[in-house]
Amino acid sequence: MSDVGATATGGQDIDESRRKFLTLATSAAGAFGAVVAVIPFAESWLPSERARALGAPVVVDISKLEPGQMLTPVWRKQVIYIVRRAPALVDKLAKNDGELKDAKSEHSEQPKYAQNEMRSRRADVLVLIGICTHLGCLPKTFFDPGDPVLGASWPGGFRCPCHGSRFDLAGRVFNGSPAPTNLSVPPYSFEDEHTLVIGLDNPPAKGAA
Amino acid sequence: MANEATYKPGLWGWLNRRLPIDAFWRSQVSEYYAPKNFNFWYFFGSLALFVLVLQLVTGIFLAMFYKVGENTSFDSVEFIMREVDFGWLLRYLHSTGASAFFLVVYLHMLRAMMYGSYKSPRELLWLFGMVIYLALMAEAFMGYVLPWGNMSFWAATVIINLFGAVPVVGPGLVEWIRGDYGIADATLNRFFSLHVVALPLVLLLLVVLHLVALHEVGSNNPDGIEIKSKKNAKGIPLDGIPFHPYYTVKDIFGVSAFLTLFAIVVFFIPTFADLFLEKANFEPANPLSTPDPISPSWYFTPYYAILRSFPDKSTGAVFMLIAVSAFFFLPWLDRSPVKSIRYRGWIFKTFFTLFVLSFLGLMYLGLQPAQGVYVMLSRICCVPYFLFFALMPFYSRWDPVKPVPERVTFHA
Repeated sequence: MSDVGATATGGQDIDESRRKFLTLATSAAGAFGAVVAVIPFAESWLPSERARALGAPVVVDISKLEPGQMLTPVWRKQVIYIVRRAPALVDKLAKNDGELKDAKSEHSEQPKYAQNEMRSRRADVLVLIGICTHLGCLPKTFFDPGDPVLGASWPGGFRCPCHGSRFDLAGRVFNGSPAPTNLSVPPYSFEDEHTLVIGLDNPPAKGAA
Repeated sequence: MANEATYKPGLWGWLNRRLPIDAFWRSQVSEYYAPKNFNFWYFFGSLALFVLVLQLVTGIFLAMFYKVGENTSFDSVEFIMREVDFGWLLRYLHSTGASAFFLVVYLHMLRAMMYGSYKSPRELLWLFGMVIYLALMAEAFMGYVLPWGNMSFWAATVIINLFGAVPVVGPGLVEWIRGDYGIADATLNRFFSLHVVALPLVLLLLVVLHLVALHEVGSNNPDGIEIKSKKNAKGIPLDGIPFHPYYTVKDIFGVSAFLTLFAIVVFFIPTFADLFLEKANFEPANPLSTPDPISPSWYFTPYYAILRSFPDKSTGAVFMLIAVSAFFFLPWLDRSPVKSIRYRGWIFKTFFTLFVLSFLGLMYLGLQPAQGVYVMLSRICCVPYFLFFALMPFYSRWDPVKPVPERVTFHA
């Protein structure tokens, strides 16, 4: 190495430590540049602006939602069921436990704050993904207890028109239904008493949105 | 450097003075000396190369008619099947080729494990081979998603969700891979790019490295003896024969036999009883409807069965990862003084046989529904599978090996 260098400089002495430093510094700068150059390629894989816009949280005004009524906004291509439950019906939910496949929602999909008896943050508002966990049909509402179609013992809830899976007013599946798990709960939060945000676990800070 | 006199006159010489065609052919083929005692198991390396070329050629033609996109992919595959002249043949060659690739590669790996071909000095050769195997798995998985059938969609969902098990960054990683909040057009599009451009380039490079490493150290053989240790006066191994014409002709015969079986599958049983092409994948992708049951392609099922053997998903994912990566460590786990199974003792043979049986058992069990007896049997199969690797440093040393002969055994 030094012989070659000596020939190249016409026999003059070579400052080896200076040469080593320059080689190392150049290589390090090059390697750093190469690593930084990866960033735009890696970031191109993140959800695009369009995907982000289409998947943005959905804000729903629930001030006019009366007990027994349901709103059905769409979030990320999924129908969301928002139901105002009458307090009397919420109190009766625990009575269904014996007839449910997954009363405690241990095998179903929901955020932690919805893994309770009511399967919701607030007793009066139920939020579910309206897709039957059996084969993806939209369950129909049968909110009235003792509905003539479902018999006198019916406590109120949902029934899937495709294969007859039945769910209670917390979206929990009854024994004898083909659906394996309870209806899923999307992430959601309350911006204020009348404003529901679907798709965000925590309400956005005031003024930020 | 060959001197001027060794070049042939005329155009051929002119070419060779500028490109070492003859020199390359001599060093890598006509004067590359391979052991003379190769047997049946030595067909699968050249067959793997053949299937790689088949996949590249059929893939290039399929890409001329396939239209990537969540609204076009499924229909364009049907278009290929019904309306492109011989489109059905191109697709069946490619889909059958994928399964054939894995079959050939698994047999190639089994051969290496039987004859200790991963042991010194062939560790790097083995590692390149393992990376090829991993790249092949990624290539096959992404290719499986492209027809955008319902099984494509749900296989992608299940496999990509596995990355969610990574601590801390898991959920973000899954979103990054998908490019959307569910498996979507963005996912399909990037898989197409990786499947037809990036991974084939990686595979080709790795195959070149695998072959260069092989030709540097020389082939192992069923006796596990280094033929380079006994050479004649000219420096040619006494037990070596030139690759061409001896093994080129042998491999042409191997390819002919392979193609006969391959053609039977392509022309008469392309779906192979739901193993090569599944019924659920003849329906378009439907995010609202899960096929029942979901099972991966047969070549992934041993690992899938391991994943399902554990009640906790993260633990299952970790063991699945170990099950694949354990192969990488074989050269250093194996402490036996002999290479070939011919001269190993009963302890290694027992562990090895149980390992092969457990791999096949897991392959079968991964295709069955995840219930009751099947899960129980998978757990039982996991025991010899993992013990084969975990205990190898010990039993390979205690194994009562037989004396290895001086020269290869050969019956002309």
